[in-house]
Amino acid sequence: MVTINGEQIPADGRTIADYLAGNGLGEGRVAVEVNGEIVPRAKYVETAFCDGDSVEIVRFVGGG
Amino acid sequence: MSSAIPTKSAMREALVARHGEALQSRLESSSVAVCGLGGLGSNIAIALARAGVGRLLLFDFDRVDISNLNRQQYLVGQLGMAKTEAMRENLSEIAPYCQVTAMQVRLDEGNIPELLGGVPIIVEAFDKAEAKAMLVNTVLERLPEAWLVSGNGMAGLGSANLIRTRRVGRRLLLCGDGVSDLEEGAGLVSARVLACAAHEAMAVIRIIAGEIQSSS
Repeated sequence: MVTINGEQIPADGRTIADYLAGNGLGEGRVAVEVNGEIVPRAKYVETAFCDGDSVEIVRFVGGG
Repeated sequence: MSSAIPTKSAMREALVARHGEALQSRLESSSVAVCGLGGLGSNIAIALARAGVGRLLLFDFDRVDISNLNRQQYLVGQLGMAKTEAMRENLSEIAPYCQVTAMQVRLDEGNIPELLGGVPIIVEAFDKAEAKAMLVNTVLERLPEAWLVSGNGMAGLGSANLIRTRRVGRRLLLCGDGVSDLEEGAGLVSARVLACAAHEAMAVIRIIAGEIQSSS
């Protein structure tokens, strides 16, 4: 299981890119941290979730 | 109108009377970068300057527009002026001994490491989602020693109680409600943007005061 923003879901071997696409999250509007470390955008397509990972995905919105 | 401004020691004394010598020492030796001088940044910069932050590095490429006046800290006489110049002007009358460096530049992945490198506390105060994501990603990847405070989600008329500050990972503090996107009908209202700006400024002051510790 992987914890994403506090919610437990199966790891499934999905990559970060898969997860973002599957949840309608644009790669240019998020920041992704896995186990406390930022994952560079270029690595989304090659980084898969592992069992036990703790993931934070910040989705940015407009306004300021 | 008096043209004489208080001396540096008079202003310092007034701040010490407010928050004590220990915090004053920390504040006046702090450097903070504020990226964006709009609804968030203009309010954050003023709050930090008033609190006694010693050095501010301000970045914005834009000019003061009439549509900014509903929430940004500019005056009608400053319409058309570069925001960097207008803020420098305003801060000189608010906190004349705050060292202000203002650069009229658009920050991007290319120049962020050079322009923000070495600055201990960086504030994200942009308005576009993509620009916010770009700054946060670039700072977290390329400047891992810096604290980063970001504002995300403040549009509309929702309660100001929904504006929160939370810590993400080691060095990112995220303020805002996290969801309220700017769209037709859900605009940006002064008080709600101000609430998010206040959260960001307070996060900076708490870092400076040692209330927020870096985690290993």
